Amino acid sequence: MSQPFRIQSGGHIDRSKPISVSFNGKTLNGYRGDTVASMLLASGSHLAGRSFKYHRPRGILSHGSDEPNALLSVDWRPEKGKGRRDPNNRASVVEARNGLKTETQNHWPSLERDVGALNDILSPVFVAGFYYKTFMWPRSAWEKVYEPVIRRAAGLGEAPEVADPDRYANRHAYADILVVGAGPAGLSAALAASEDGSSRVLLADEGFLFGGALLNDATSTIDGKPAKAWVDEMVATLDARENVVLLPRTTVFGYYNHNHVAMVERVADHRDDALEGLARERLWQVRAGKVIIAAGSHERPLVFENNDRPGIMLAESARAFINRYAVKPGNRMVVATSGASAYRTALDAKAAGIAVTIVDIRLGEDCGTELAEAREAGIEVLTGHTVVKALGKARVTGLIVAPLGKTGGVGTRRTLECDTVAMSGGWTPSVHLFSQSRGKLVFDADIDAFLPGQSVQNEVSAGACHGIYDLSAIIADGAKAGGGSREVTASATFTGFQPVRVLPTDEDPKKVKAFVDFQNDVTAKDIKLAVREGFESIEHVKRYTTTGMATDQGKTSNMNALGLVAGLLDRPLPAIGTTTFRPPYTPVTFGALVGPSREERFEPVRKTAIDGWAEAQGAEFEPVGQWRRAHYFPRSGEDMHAAVNRECKAVRTSVGIFDASTLGKIEVVGPDAAEFMNRMYTNAWTKLKVGGCRYGLMLGENGFVMDDGVVARLAEDRFHVTTTTGGAARVFQHMEDYLQTEWPDLDVFITSITEQYAVIALQGPNAKKVLEPFVSDIDMSEDAFPHMSVREGFICGVPTRLFRVSFTGEAGFEVNVPADYAAAVWKALYEEGRKYDITPYGTETMHVLRCEMGFIIVGQETDGTATPDDVGLSGLVSKVKPDFVGKRSLSRPDILRKDRKQLVGVLAKDPKEVLDEGAMVVDDPTAPVPMPIAGHVTSSYHSSNCGRSIAMAMVKGGRDRIGETVWVTTPKGFTEAVIATSVFYQHEKESIDA
Amino acid sequence: MLLLECPYCGKRAESEFHCGGEAHIARPETPAELDDQAWAEYLYYRTNPKGLHAERWQHRHGCGRWFNALRDTVSDKVVETYKMGEPRPDASNANIPDPAKVRSA
Repeated sequence: MSQPFRIQSGGHIDRSKPISVSFNGKTLNGYRGDTVASMLLASGSHLAGRSFKYHRPRGILSHGSDEPNALLSVDWRPEKGKGRRDPNNRASVVEARNGLKTETQNHWPSLERDVGALNDILSPVFVAGFYYKTFMWPRSAWEKVYEPVIRRAAGLGEAPEVADPDRYANRHAYADILVVGAGPAGLSAALAASEDGSSRVLLADEGFLFGGALLNDATSTIDGKPAKAWVDEMVATLDARENVVLLPRTTVFGYYNHNHVAMVERVADHRDDALEGLARERLWQVRAGKVIIAAGSHERPLVFENNDRPGIMLAESARAFINRYAVKPGNRMVVATSGASAYRTALDAKAAGIAVTIVDIRLGEDCGTELAEAREAGIEVLTGHTVVKALGKARVTGLIVAPLGKTGGVGTRRTLECDTVAMSGGWTPSVHLFSQSRGKLVFDADIDAFLPGQSVQNEVSAGACHGIYDLSAIIADGAKAGGGSREVTASATFTGFQPVRVLPTDEDPKKVKAFVDFQNDVTAKDIKLAVREGFESIEHVKRYTTTGMATDQGKTSNMNALGLVAGLLDRPLPAIGTTTFRPPYTPVTFGALVGPSREERFEPVRKTAIDGWAEAQGAEFEPVGQWRRAHYFPRSGEDMHAAVNRECKAVRTSVGIFDASTLGKIEVVGPDAAEFMNRMYTNAWTKLKVGGCRYGLMLGENGFVMDDGVVARLAEDRFHVTTTTGGAARVFQHMEDYLQTEWPDLDVFITSITEQYAVIALQGPNAKKVLEPFVSDIDMSEDAFPHMSVREGFICGVPTRLFRVSFTGEAGFEVNVPADYAAAVWKALYEEGRKYDITPYGTETMHVLRCEMGFIIVGQETDGTATPDDVGLSGLVSKVKPDFVGKRSLSRPDILRKDRKQLVGVLAKDPKEVLDEGAMVVDDPTAPVPMPIAGHVTSSYHSSNCGRSIAMAMVKGGRDRIGETVWVTTPKGFTEAVIATSVFYQHEKESIDA
Repeated sequence: MLLLECPYCGKRAESEFHCGGEAHIARPETPAELDDQAWAEYLYYRTNPKGLHAERWQHRHGCGRWFNALRDTVSDKVVETYKMGEPRPDASNANIPDPAKVRSA
């Protein structure tokens, strides 16, 4: 496509670098420095999308990140295959480059012909709140009809179809001063702030060129220089300073606590070369000493009938396209305005050869010098006129205007033919970031704007976002914010506007579609309806009508909506207030937020020293906390059930080997170690002999079971404490907390040794025979090394803390060795064990075996509300010790109630039926709903050793109900079961000490 | 993300810390002597003020030490951090904005 609307000279584009991009399959031509929007306009078209609700044809409204209409799906590197397309890119800020593939959104079958446009005709149905009003009944229709239809129609743009193949980087930085925005205020601020070289200054701007509004300015001079030359000089000066970092293409999108500022830098999308490994975007997290917000302002549209027709754009944007991009938005332009700044657009348009008429809502006497200047330039100006409506559909063809009578009446209409409208309803300072910083806004009636008021963090606003619109004053304000001063002589800026919410019209307002929020298709009529229906809070009006809730966050629409609501309620605008500004300022890709934290780097997998061996043996794994643990070791042809049955049998008949390395391990050392243990655990430790082990129970201060584990006393002043796998960190921090904050007088150190020691459990009648040949310096005889004791010595020449303990009910050992030697020791034991058909077993078998013995697992039988007595462990609670953590809570009235849930066994009547863990236990399955619940199943397995299913449950008053019949819920209903003791497996002889 | 000054290490980002709730609630010396109500108050009752709040923080992913911080719950401004065992500082000159004047975000 040629560029019939390209101006032959001027602008900040590089005519030596012609480029083309694909737009809906067609080719747009342009130059480096263009956006996709400016290339589309150069081709002579404004049509850039269909609106969200009514599917109305839409054009390009703005030249910046506030664009609500022209949202494109962009495939940034189509040549590299799928996955590099993302939706809802604003055409006005997509930096054009060869090879981009762009498509408009929200239409079918094509942008030009869209079936969805039917919604525009049916619009009386789609009034504010129509979701709430329309889809009420019948109830069943929700699931089958309404929701599927709404889901298909809702949302904007298509989600990517494959995982994002790009890399995203993440960077943390410190700045003494962060300047947001590189317009005249930001440049001036950065220059002042970096002047003495001592402060590290970051200057970030969302655009790809620095200069802000000065890039749109072809006529202003600063100290005698053209505005762009001044910008270039400022940028060169800043760039030469060692203490300044310039960050173009970097959007500051979030302002959080304590000057923590988040920004996203677009690193690769604009580059012609697709460098391998270069991150696509970089998330910056900056901690700034001070933030200078120089974010500029947003122009307001005028609200009149059909103000959304393609060809109608913001006045400053028309000026940007003419001056910065050297593109004429059209040949015949009407500038419709309620303020002075749009006159500059008219003058620049005329200079570019566009036929221009100005329609100004203000009376002539309310205008400034701009009026005379425009008329002097030969531009027809209609003052005191309103815009009744726009003509045309896919492109504006004319504007019906009429003079306003002194009493507010609308006079005789006149049609102004045109192909472009440049409109301006005044200016809204961009207070998003200030508001995010939790600063308080104050309303300034003189400029009809909310401005930064009281600061909460160390920041300052400068320039247009501070309500200052005159160029010289902006530059001075920026310098002041940067801690310096700068007086320049600059061209006078046309400032001032008359706030107008909805333009007066003599049409029936009920039939007029005048858009306030373009992106969410909210009209003035919708807002009026909401207020009529009783919505008065702006937060409610916003949610009911969805105004300001699109991805543009209402940058162009908020003030018109607020003003309209204030007018309808006849309240002053500050009494209405603003809605809350929240990050992000503009949409941020998930890729940038996630950064490198994906796939294997999302949550690191902790592997034990034995993991590689287990993998080689074909183990199936399961995650336990962050650990990866062997779940079971299937032989060929075995399913989990068969493998676990075999493993369980093997442990009880010969010997099993189990990797228990994930157990938490804490060394408690010091003269007061025993006293500390006395206070942290329910048990008494003073009398535990060196070399002895004891099962320890830990409570929270609320009296509920927190953790358990075997504790060994290695020396008078040294305990080796084990914890549950999942509780390791929690228990350590719990101990550390008490040690530091409650009992700093205790001379105790605690050290986590979870990672340092691997644990190999050998369990079963033959465990000792497998172990013995490798052990040295430990007397392995029964008398010298009984059950529940610990010895230090060597295994395979490696130092070991050898525990004689059992979590299976079989005689067994837990071999603690330094993790680096664990694999070698394991292999040696395994080879020796082959003589006894040694069987590696996983966590599932461990669970079944301990359940057969009635041993609890903290977190499975307990849920943070179980006391020691609830789970049958009151015998472990010292009655002698005056105090320990949780003791006082055990005598609270509710803890002593008789109807608390207690741990019992539950045996299904059908021994083959394995109950569901989590299933409810009830007494009467015919009781009316809500049925009284007696308890719940906590653990349930098939036990090959018992020859039937077994289960543990927490049942109200359960210990007094042994032998009673209860019912347990199943997916299909209920099944009958009997309450039993929770010990299911009985040894023929007392084997644990054998 | 807050910026907290660990009394031992200096200023660090909040992600290095763990918050332990309200400070200056000492564990009773002899819990057995407390009646149920007094014990419940120790266990569960907290002041939850709008304004200055003394709270426990641990530099968990740093030195591991616990300390206290005086934080304005309205603005999140941290007026002061201090070592465990030190009394709550007098923050009458802390220049905390009046909660009534700062609209909660």
